[in-house]
Amino acid sequence: MAKVLVVTSGKGGVGKTTSTAAIGAALAQSGQRVVVVDFDVGLRNLDLVMGAERRVVFDLINVVQGVAKLSQALIRDKRSENLWLLPASQTRDKDALTEEGVARVIVELKKSFDWVICDSPAGIERGATLAMRFADEAVIVTNPEVSSVRDSDRIIGMLDSKTVRAERGERVEKHILISRYDAGRAARGEMLGIEDVLEILATPLLGIIPESQDILRASNVGCPVIMNSPGSAAARAYMDATRRLLGETVPMTVPTERKGLINKLLGRRAA
Amino acid sequence: MDAVAEPVTQPVRLRGRSYLAFVLTPVVPVIEWLKELDDTLMRSPGFFVGKPVVLDLSAVELSRSAITHLILSLEKKNIRVLGIEGVDAALLTSTMPPALSGGRTCAVALAEPERPEVKPAVASLMLDSPVRSGQSVMFLEGDVTVLGSVGSGAEIVAGGSIHVYGTLRGRAMAGVNGNPTARIFCQKIEAELLAIDGYYQTAEELDAGLRNRPAQAWLDGGIMRIAPLI
Repeated sequence: MAKVLVVTSGKGGVGKTTSTAAIGAALAQSGQRVVVVDFDVGLRNLDLVMGAERRVVFDLINVVQGVAKLSQALIRDKRSENLWLLPASQTRDKDALTEEGVARVIVELKKSFDWVICDSPAGIERGATLAMRFADEAVIVTNPEVSSVRDSDRIIGMLDSKTVRAERGERVEKHILISRYDAGRAARGEMLGIEDVLEILATPLLGIIPESQDILRASNVGCPVIMNSPGSAAARAYMDATRRLLGETVPMTVPTERKGLINKLLGRRAA
Repeated sequence: MDAVAEPVTQPVRLRGRSYLAFVLTPVVPVIEWLKELDDTLMRSPGFFVGKPVVLDLSAVELSRSAITHLILSLEKKNIRVLGIEGVDAALLTSTMPPALSGGRTCAVALAEPERPEVKPAVASLMLDSPVRSGQSVMFLEGDVTVLGSVGSGAEIVAGGSIHVYGTLRGRAMAGVNGNPTARIFCQKIEAELLAIDGYYQTAEELDAGLRNRPAQAWLDGGIMRIAPLI
């Protein structure tokens, strides 16, 4: 039975698109058939992070409006045969999305994929509400700082009221993914700690992704971080999070600052 | 020959039907019985209005004038007697209700006359999940209890008191219907704004020593007092 997963946050710039690409790629690597859908109409980024920006012909809006068929718009990832992308339009905006159109697309995608991952735009407007509308599960990406946590709380409230599942009386299964975690800053009290975030949000933790230069490199190269730097702390954290999403029990490790010997001697902060 | 409509004579049809009537049975002494009837009528005024009443005089020995007097006093109480039983037919005049016989006893449900609709006292509103940022809970009829935290940017508006079994981070406005005795309770106070019956206090004015402790807020005159709970 296909699952619709929405990756959302409320706040912008916390790592939704990065996480969509990473989790999508990790699920595809484990054998699942995955499509990642970009709902950020007008400000699309998922195609860049996936490295497919030069192959976009048709997009989600074209499919919603019936101008193109789904098969014409889907782009297969070059590195992973189970991973597909449905990009957003860059020339239109979120007003071009309609609920009936999105519903049709999701239903059709569920027929051929195991996971439909919806990359939500920031905010609480139409793009975000439509991205979460048909979700079965949600990953709420949160930075451990106060504005991100408050916005995530808002989004959790909306997941419990503005989704089809909520309206039917069922629950959307929610997970928190803490991203851009910096252990040093948390220890110095410059960032919220993990416990503080979870106490405020009262939702189970899926994983903790450390702040990492590898992620920026991967985005610029157009490759999900788990494929670009599979040994990095961020990639390993995403792999663990994906395994937890699939139901495996993986002990939670809080990423600590790893200082190489030379960096310790020279007093430099490790990347 | 022209057809002429002849008046069609309808024979008068006599049909039998049985009705349920209340039976009042006066006992000796009749004055006492009338007093007790008055008491019953005070408790349930208008009980007999519109209801068919039969007078059973088998327990008393009344003369014709006494029967007339009794019927009149019952009429004064708005009880209209439609028949009399248990009495010698010779005692009844043509102006009195007719004599009845052959009544069968049956159960009568003593229905209380309809009282004006009294709204049942509304229990407090119970929320068993956290109140998320941006959500607004309005319950003007009474208390609100939250089994969980109230997020920053959320608000609870209650006609009565507010009880938060968790951290109160948002706004709590109690006693909004003009109830200055309402209070606000929480397990951890980090509220943005507290208000009771219109008197409010923002987080700025909250004493630093109160933070992160169980606390209650109440109105003392026109001043809001906040104190830690034990």
